[in-house]
Amino acid sequence: MVTTVTSFGRSGVFDWLYQRVTAVVLLAYTLFIVGFIFFSDDFGYESWSALFAQGWMRIFSLVALLSTIAHAWIGLWSVVTDYITNRTLGPKATVLRVVIQLLLGAVAVYYALWGIDILWGV
Amino acid sequence: MLKVSIYRYNPETDKAPYMQDYEFDTQGKDLMVLDVLELLKAEDPTLSFRRSCREGVCGSDGMNISGRNGLACTTPLSEAAPKGKLVLRPLPGLPVIRDLVVDMEQFYEQYKKIEPYLQNDTPAPAIERLQSPEDREKLDGLYECILCACCSTACPSFWWNPDKFIGPAGLLQAYRFLADSRDTATDERLSNLDDPFSVFRCHGIQNCVNVCPKGLNPTRAIGHIRNMLLARAV
Repeated sequence: MVTTVTSFGRSGVFDWLYQRVTAVVLLAYTLFIVGFIFFSDDFGYESWSALFAQGWMRIFSLVALLSTIAHAWIGLWSVVTDYITNRTLGPKATVLRVVIQLLLGAVAVYYALWGIDILWGV
Repeated sequence: MLKVSIYRYNPETDKAPYMQDYEFDTQGKDLMVLDVLELLKAEDPTLSFRRSCREGVCGSDGMNISGRNGLACTTPLSEAAPKGKLVLRPLPGLPVIRDLVVDMEQFYEQYKKIEPYLQNDTPAPAIERLQSPEDREKLDGLYECILCACCSTACPSFWWNPDKFIGPAGLLQAYRFLADSRDTATDERLSNLDDPFSVFRCHGIQNCVNVCPKGLNPTRAIGHIRNMLLARAV
């Protein structure tokens, strides 16, 4: 058992499952948006703005945004803990890894708040 | 003439590893790579490598043969050097002790972690613990592993985290005991594996399957472990 405190759910199977569930959400959202753009009769500002005025679309968008953040965290955490380690870069790697993880966390929080502001601000 | 290029490193005399070239006359025979090494060693006794059974059973002579991990004793030149050039390097990722000899400590450490022995907390019967032929069949494709380390040292996840990721060889053996109807430590075994590194650093690229000299499939075993973890967690 390897103990980690910065992985998303602290458990391997949780992270694995969460990454797959969020991937399905993102696929559904992408297909919906692409479908809406190509198959709506009068695609333009009016229809786009009407779509995002609806509560369910805002919720769906927020779920997609939070899925992106969770998915990205799990994926990038794997990348960072593969390549930015004491084994590959020496003892300074721990500081660098913590800084990168903090930056990623800050970006995640900023995007979440900014996304809510955009979705409910118009 | 066969051109042979071999990774040489003696930490007592060399500052850095280097590739040494040899010319070798195969006399038209399709020799095994190990035969070539033995004959070269007769000429140059400083050349170091491990070997024991010379027939693919002991797993001592795992090495990187023309870019692909395999056993020198069971890899013919027709496969390893079709264009007349053979390149031999130690197994990638592990510390080199000398020439083609690597330090397997990290590999064995991961093997030790999965507790590779039968655990049963029920009273021992007067005879052997019996298994149905169907239950015994579940161990096929798992027990044949010879621990040559060709798979784990072909795995990038093991290169980056050999201290945290169990690696394909260890996980194949972990599943060998998880799948054994006589073992009663399934839950403890799974608990020890449920972290983001031990099993889940496997991203399924199947380098292990590609190189296994015994034709085993660690990726499939890892998939089974993942399903067992999932079934227990949801």
